[in-house]
Amino acid sequence: MTDLGKAGLADTALSNTELRRALASTWSAQPGLWGALSTVDHKVIGRRYVATAFVFLALGGVLSLLMRLQLSQPEARFIGPDRYNQIFTMHGSNMMFLFAVPVMQAMAVYLVPLMVGTRNIAFPRLNAFSYWIYLAGGLLLWIAFVVDTGPDVGWFAYVPLSGPQYGIGKRADIWAQMITFTELSALAIAVEIVVTVFKQRAPGMSLDRIPLFVWSMLVTSFLIILAMPAIMIASTSLILDRLVGTHFFNPAEGGDVLLWQHLFWFFGHPEVYIIFLPAVGMVSTIVATFTGRPVFGYLAMVMALVATGVLAFGLWVHHMFVAGLPRLGESFFTASSMAIAVPAGLQIFCWLATIWAGKPIFKTPFLFVIGFIVIFVLGGLTGVMVASVPFDTQVHDTYFVVAHFHYVLVGGAVFPLLGAIYYWFPKLTGRMMSEALGRWVFGLIFVGFNLTFFPMHILGLEGMPRRIYTYQPEMPWAGLNMFVSLSAIVLAAGFALFFFDAIRSARWGAVAGANPWGASTLEWATASPPHPYNFAMPPVVSSREPLWADAVTLPVAAGLRVDRREVVITSVVEGTPQAREASVGHSIWPLWAALATTLALIWSIFSPWAVVWGSIPIAVSLIGWFWPKGAPEDES
Amino acid sequence: MPNGIGGAPPESYFAMGKPYETDAYNLSQGKRLYAWFGCPACHGDDGRGGAGPSFLDGWWLYGPEIVSIVASVRDGRPHGMPAFRDRMTTEQIWQLAGYVQTIGAYKPKVAAPSRNDDKQTRPAENRGPAKILFDQGPAGFHQDQGPSP
Amino acid sequence: MRAARVLTLWIAAFACGCSGNQSALAPYGAPAMHVEHLIVAIVALCTAIWVAVMLVLGGALWRRRQPVETEIRQSHLASAVSAAVAATVILIAGMTIASFYTTRSIGLPQRGSITITVRAQQWWWQVFYASSATTRGFQTANEIHIPVGQDVHVQLESADVIHSFWVPSLAGKQDLVPGRSNSLLLRAEKPGVYRGQCAEFCGLQHGHMALMVIAEAPADYTRWAASQSADAMPSLAPDAAAGRMAFLARPCAACHTIRGTAAIGNTGPDLTHVGSRQTIAAGLLETTRGSLAAWIADPQTLKPGNNMPIVPLTSAELQDISAYMESLK
Repeated sequence: MTDLGKAGLADTALSNTELRRALASTWSAQPGLWGALSTVDHKVIGRRYVATAFVFLALGGVLSLLMRLQLSQPEARFIGPDRYNQIFTMHGSNMMFLFAVPVMQAMAVYLVPLMVGTRNIAFPRLNAFSYWIYLAGGLLLWIAFVVDTGPDVGWFAYVPLSGPQYGIGKRADIWAQMITFTELSALAIAVEIVVTVFKQRAPGMSLDRIPLFVWSMLVTSFLIILAMPAIMIASTSLILDRLVGTHFFNPAEGGDVLLWQHLFWFFGHPEVYIIFLPAVGMVSTIVATFTGRPVFGYLAMVMALVATGVLAFGLWVHHMFVAGLPRLGESFFTASSMAIAVPAGLQIFCWLATIWAGKPIFKTPFLFVIGFIVIFVLGGLTGVMVASVPFDTQVHDTYFVVAHFHYVLVGGAVFPLLGAIYYWFPKLTGRMMSEALGRWVFGLIFVGFNLTFFPMHILGLEGMPRRIYTYQPEMPWAGLNMFVSLSAIVLAAGFALFFFDAIRSARWGAVAGANPWGASTLEWATASPPHPYNFAMPPVVSSREPLWADAVTLPVAAGLRVDRREVVITSVVEGTPQAREASVGHSIWPLWAALATTLALIWSIFSPWAVVWGSIPIAVSLIGWFWPKGAPEDES
Repeated sequence: MPNGIGGAPPESYFAMGKPYETDAYNLSQGKRLYAWFGCPACHGDDGRGGAGPSFLDGWWLYGPEIVSIVASVRDGRPHGMPAFRDRMTTEQIWQLAGYVQTIGAYKPKVAAPSRNDDKQTRPAENRGPAKILFDQGPAGFHQDQGPSP
Repeated sequence: MRAARVLTLWIAAFACGCSGNQSALAPYGAPAMHVEHLIVAIVALCTAIWVAVMLVLGGALWRRRQPVETEIRQSHLASAVSAAVAATVILIAGMTIASFYTTRSIGLPQRGSITITVRAQQWWWQVFYASSATTRGFQTANEIHIPVGQDVHVQLESADVIHSFWVPSLAGKQDLVPGRSNSLLLRAEKPGVYRGQCAEFCGLQHGHMALMVIAEAPADYTRWAASQSADAMPSLAPDAAAGRMAFLARPCAACHTIRGTAAIGNTGPDLTHVGSRQTIAAGLLETTRGSLAAWIADPQTLKPGNNMPIVPLTSAELQDISAYMESLK
């Protein structure tokens, strides 16, 4: 090898156009189907992930319309109890596990590497693996539903109803295994994001200069890493009870029915913050861009994020206030559940201060943020209500709670998500969504949402429980239920219009430049959509709003090779460059590993021997994945 | 479902995939009926036997086919098995018979119910309890009952 | 506060269905009344907070901005935000303390003078009254009577899966968890019929698992308990007598108990005084001869998936058995 070969071809040796051509050839995916299956480009995988999650959103929305049809009249006979139980279980499981968490993670997969100024996410093959596992889990659940083997035990699957004696057939096993698939994919992405944010930032981007969205994804990833194991233990124990005859949840043999609830909700409460915190990051980004100033109180916002994340682990018993636990313990959780309103309130106040001090631009993304504030504050306040034990003894498991969590989840996560889609659509596709249609989408969804879900507060207080497939004509609920069902059509129309606009604009929308909103974060320094290599040269950052600080030219770092994939590794706190790291190119092994894992997990629904025999293909695929390629690493 | 029993079940039973032997819902209903209709009084909570013969040992006095079990439940048998034809509907008798078959199963069925949320006294029906508890040996200890229909 | 109370009563007026009150906003029992006060107070306070935040949002969005903005002092914004956070902390602490006080004022169930054991089944309520000084113990189903103005200790058990005992007009809910014995304090201040419903998803017919709590004057309650603990009186009417014979001959007696007859099945609800109950099938139908006949003829169409099978009866048997059921007062 000559000296030139050992050192490789660096970007300093090339002119601008030669540089871009060389980078494009090094970083592009392979063409055709093979390329699509073997790509490890975070942007391709992120877009795929977002699109799949939105397909699940649409499917879940259809399920909710079916529920509202059945509930529109007392003793209606549109859908029988068995199918209805499957439908609401599917609606909840689909929305929580197949839409809400994956879509937030998918946005992070796409945006975080761009926002921190690197070329690809950490562990690119794991990223690809995560998508295939997610897709497999989603297909497992939906195919089971289509063939009448969908789970019918509620999205939280309390034992003993989901246990071996009362959970008949394989329905609950399919639910439990879907959990395994989705948690595996969520954990994978969480690990990648933590490493990307800590080690792959642009030189000069110290921890107190990273965008608030990146902070929120970092905290979310830690929440995922700490919370997901609880539900994996729970779902594994459930499958063992059902398949092999263990007694984790069998009181007659020393198990405990409430153990399930503790394990599930220890995950389940952080889960809703896993969904909410990324939305907080999106709101911060949109508020900053559309008021023309940075969000007020950066340190306070970061502290609030961390405090929310930590407190989120201390609330779970508020889902069990009527299970018969000791009063003193329950009272502690009232206090902690109310306390989490403080960091959330702090964030709201900081955003209000930002809007007050800035100059609002009323474009569609900002409209969704306004909708978020209106709806989420209401939902958060009903959360304070249900945090109180005596209040909860009257509204637990009623439509009041249904109203509460839809206000915080739709208001607190879906509204910011829709705003984020309108905001980042130009970056993802190179085209703008329609501003006129966007206002209609916002209006229909805002009005439809409030008309659909506000009356549910009243229904709950008037005694209507949850998860019932019908109700008696003597009860005074029929009028409000019919009103809610009709309003749901308005809400659905808003979403339908959104999907229509998104699909249409991807092809025929107005062409967007690199930074159509005049935003400040690094992803707007790339082309729209970005080149496969993201940045021609890694940017060097010296402030929190790099594109507002250096409006004309962005300083860059030089010295990366162009003949193989390389990214800059920086230190955790200060962001000083430490090394050049080789980044993996395309690989088909994640797909094989995902297929082997899918095979083993689905087989284990039917036989415990799957754990033994099914691990052989997994081992083979992992050997292929990790087979050393002999590339020299970490030259400095 | 067919109501009359004489010899083998009608073709439709096999055409529908033997619903009372392979459907998880029917088998779990049968498990519930086993407890509710007093069968444990003579045959044991887990089918081990007592005053009445054991199901758990996998040895069928009148044959392992579901028709024989249905006839036993419906019409009674000598030496003390009462007739349940006036105490249960025909559908319930078939469901119960399907479940009783799984108690003495040598091969686990995927659709068979799993363990009770109760004290554990034997392997669950979906593990093939007779297979786990009673090893027949290479030649088989019990006489061959003949092929199933 | 006054407006909130008026609004609550207005909503409660809508809540009074003819089948019994089932509304947290129309409380007739001391525990529910304490909770309703808390509900009204917290809802009023939170509404005020929400309105305040919306006003600030509106101000932030549409306030008059100068053509050339002078930079708002960072310290002004910081003080405003800090003040808001401090207010949040104080209000949250206040609501927490109010919640603790309400829990305390509701009191413990164990102080109840009467103990009723409720054992939840899929999808009906099995009720046991312990024997007392005046009556021997008895079993009934889906309907509870309590004396007005007395604390009742309800012991909650489950035979199969998790259910939840909820009579919103009288008290908050409590789950019935297999392997645990939970307790609930029930107390009615006014005579009346209060409807409750299972509030924890328990399977196919969770939506049809209601119960009635009837509060009556102590003298009426004692009379009711005495008649319930007595065995079924043989009826003189010919069709009811024929119905009794048919009941014992057909599979009915294998699952149901009628004290005073040979029917000692313990799978389904105790029918000794089924005619005296206001509803059958866990609140599904009013107890009339017609509804009894409809239920017996085809329970699966009325409550699909419930555990009572379709028992084939001749029409004469059906008429006689429903007459007999109606006569079991």
